[in-house]
Amino acid sequence: MQTIYTDFLVVGAGLAGERAAVQAADAGFSVICLSLVPARRSHSSAAQGGMQASLGNSVMGEGDCPDVHFEDTVKGSDWGCDQEVARLFADTAPIEMRRLAHWGVPWNRVVPGKSIYYKGGKQFEKIEAQEKEGLIMARSFGGTAKWRTCYTSDGTGHAVMCTMDNRCAQMGVEVHDKTEAVALIQDGETCFGVVARCLRTGELRVYLSKATMIAAGGFGRIYPNTTNAVICDGGAHTMCVNTGVVPMGNMEAVQFHPTGIVPTDILVTEGCRGDGGTLLDVNEKRFMHEYEPEKAELASRDVVSRWMTHHMREGHGVKSPYGEHLWLDIRHLGEEHITGKLREVYEICTSFLGVDPIHQLIPVRPTQHYSMGGIRTNKDGAAYGLKGLFAAGEAACWDMHGFNRLGGNSLAETVVAGGIVGRKIAEYLEGCETEFKTSLINDEVKKQQARIDVLVSCANGSENVYKVRRVMQDALHKGANIFRNQEGLETCVAELQEALVRAGKVGLRSDGKGVNPELAVALKLEGQVKMALMVAYGALQRTESRGSHNREDYTARNDRDWLNRTLAYWKNEGDTLPTLEYEAATEVVEIPPGDRGYGKSEIISADTPKDAGKKGK
Amino acid sequence: MSRLLKFNIFRYNPEDAQSEPHMQEFVLEETDAMTLFIALNRIREEQDPSLQFDFCCRAGICGSCGMVINGRPGLACHTKTKDLPGEITLLPLPVFKLVGDLSVDTGSWFREMYTKTESWIHTEKEFDPEALEERMDNKDAVSIYELERCVECGCCIAACGTARMRDDFLGAAALNRVARFLIDPRDQRSEKDYYEIIGNDMGIFGCMGLLACEDVCPKHLPLQNQLGFLRRKMGITSLKRLFGK
Repeated sequence: MQTIYTDFLVVGAGLAGERAAVQAADAGFSVICLSLVPARRSHSSAAQGGMQASLGNSVMGEGDCPDVHFEDTVKGSDWGCDQEVARLFADTAPIEMRRLAHWGVPWNRVVPGKSIYYKGGKQFEKIEAQEKEGLIMARSFGGTAKWRTCYTSDGTGHAVMCTMDNRCAQMGVEVHDKTEAVALIQDGETCFGVVARCLRTGELRVYLSKATMIAAGGFGRIYPNTTNAVICDGGAHTMCVNTGVVPMGNMEAVQFHPTGIVPTDILVTEGCRGDGGTLLDVNEKRFMHEYEPEKAELASRDVVSRWMTHHMREGHGVKSPYGEHLWLDIRHLGEEHITGKLREVYEICTSFLGVDPIHQLIPVRPTQHYSMGGIRTNKDGAAYGLKGLFAAGEAACWDMHGFNRLGGNSLAETVVAGGIVGRKIAEYLEGCETEFKTSLINDEVKKQQARIDVLVSCANGSENVYKVRRVMQDALHKGANIFRNQEGLETCVAELQEALVRAGKVGLRSDGKGVNPELAVALKLEGQVKMALMVAYGALQRTESRGSHNREDYTARNDRDWLNRTLAYWKNEGDTLPTLEYEAATEVVEIPPGDRGYGKSEIISADTPKDAGKKGK
Repeated sequence: MSRLLKFNIFRYNPEDAQSEPHMQEFVLEETDAMTLFIALNRIREEQDPSLQFDFCCRAGICGSCGMVINGRPGLACHTKTKDLPGEITLLPLPVFKLVGDLSVDTGSWFREMYTKTESWIHTEKEFDPEALEERMDNKDAVSIYELERCVECGCCIAACGTARMRDDFLGAAALNRVARFLIDPRDQRSEKDYYEIIGNDMGIFGCMGLLACEDVCPKHLPLQNQLGFLRRKMGITSLKRLFGK
């Protein structure tokens, strides 16, 4: 058994993980990042839009400052966020963008003078100031008061990821790619590292560390249709769930994007609708204007996704071998616009669908996009429940997003949180002394080897891993999607409980030798079903609608009973449901709950008497 | 009527002593808008769960799924079956170490490349969190990004005549990387410094000018121009060195 020691171990080598790694390495500590893929292939690199930071260099961002950014973020979260964390984020973001520029990110810069931009399909003019020439430029994004999104053309995530990984190479941060962490080594109080499986040989390996951080991104792949990369399967979360002592925060807070393409669920930008594209049903008729007479296709992400789902449920969806979908029509925008301003959409359609959007309709449907929930940490990024365990980025519930996150805020969070948490980890390491118990390590390795042996020998049964995974995904898709209600969620929970039993009886069809991909899927399936149950059961208990969590039977945001965060534990191995606890959404209140200024505004305020405002049930 | 596609896929599991390299045939019914991402996953889930291949973003952004598709290196995720004949042959990328079946180890290769080319900004300046960012011409930023678009899929290396013959050749991806820093005003390295890295047969002078790298690059990077640019720069630097300047 190969055993590797490092001061700081990061599970994941995307932007949050590598940013924290750089910080700790800079303070003189040894750091290793484990990653399923070479660092630059991490899903951070797929984020095209940009990073929000209130630099205010563009004329369209004039008067912007951290206060405005903070306010946008809190409203966006539907008051579900931790306001102290949102404040920390908004204040730090501008400095972090400048730091990235120093490290090598080729941010687009301010070009002084006249230029044109589009809004709602119309053309406008702006004049950038001479004295701002060459400073970091910003672009417009949904849900923000100002142009605040720093970007590098259409590949911000990719460009920042390159710079961050370069910085890691320079600082001597090791990245062990094709390595999958499968279990935490912990004694119920402290985390000592992980047992990992090498995806070059299939062998188990031990990594010991004083501090361990989970920065492995979201878990969209527990849903059947997601914009997330294949690797965003929640595998690293399952390690934490399996400890029984580390809670997941707000797992029911899941964001859906209206226009994922069918099949393959790749995202096409909101710009399509922003510039005048329309949504059509099976009869090639528009429908959004019937539901939302004023805003039609331009209503917010969650609202459009909701109506699209409703319309398909009413039987107006287009049937396909890949499930039902609707059409996005941008043909009327014309060739010049489509191959110019919407070039990226044009390329996705032609490369992945073989659809020419100048003459053909684009098949789309609402698609899982972002996990606001995750490993619950305090503002320093320290996970609840285990000393020496940290988390950051989409994997974590740090919690600046609450029940809905704004475009451009998640990519910025990766580097801002990575920096802040990295600094806290360096402080933690400074005064940290750890003793490693060999018996604890050996027991965990034996336990993991035993799991593998059972799967390979089919000792517990021979359920097909892909079929059981499908059952889990379909249950979430049906019951814990954009619209939720008691009946649907109860069915979902029951189906997931059945899936959990079946997941325990999985046996491999292949021989399990070497880097067996079937084994990799099987090792995390039970944990994934437990996470799916946290999503569904948390959503069932939360009898209100907040941000992306929409209950058809409880349509109001209920600040009297639900201004809180769900903490979901899987306390005992034999449990069939997660244990839910709750904590206040925020200790510090800079902006008391109020109207977001967009979307519906049905609110049960904190001072509404108990018996008032009960809807539906 | 949809076609029945015949896939010939390279199979070998180096971790299994019984395994021998061979080609295996799979038959799959074609569906609308099928890509190799969809096809390979269906083969794995429905026919052979041990089949190894790599996908990550499946959107042409991350570069994980480079493989040789009917004789040509390319990204599997954005290859549509309807653009291919009914018989599809898939092989792992050459040059890189084989992990198994269609999966290769590009990570180690590229990580070594970062070290060889010192793929980071070299500067004496310290970051000042209080100060405004240093200004940059937007044109420079755009030019740097243009070269930074490389997704390290390895297709250019797999298609390179020199890289196939000699292990120590840097290849187009690495040379493009050097060009990226050479045009970056923040990097204080001189042409002489770059000459130390690429002014030899392992670097720019090893290129035979076959330019398959540019032909197969899925991001359509201007590799031919970059190789020409570096060859001129390094040629001049070499002459200067000869004449003691």
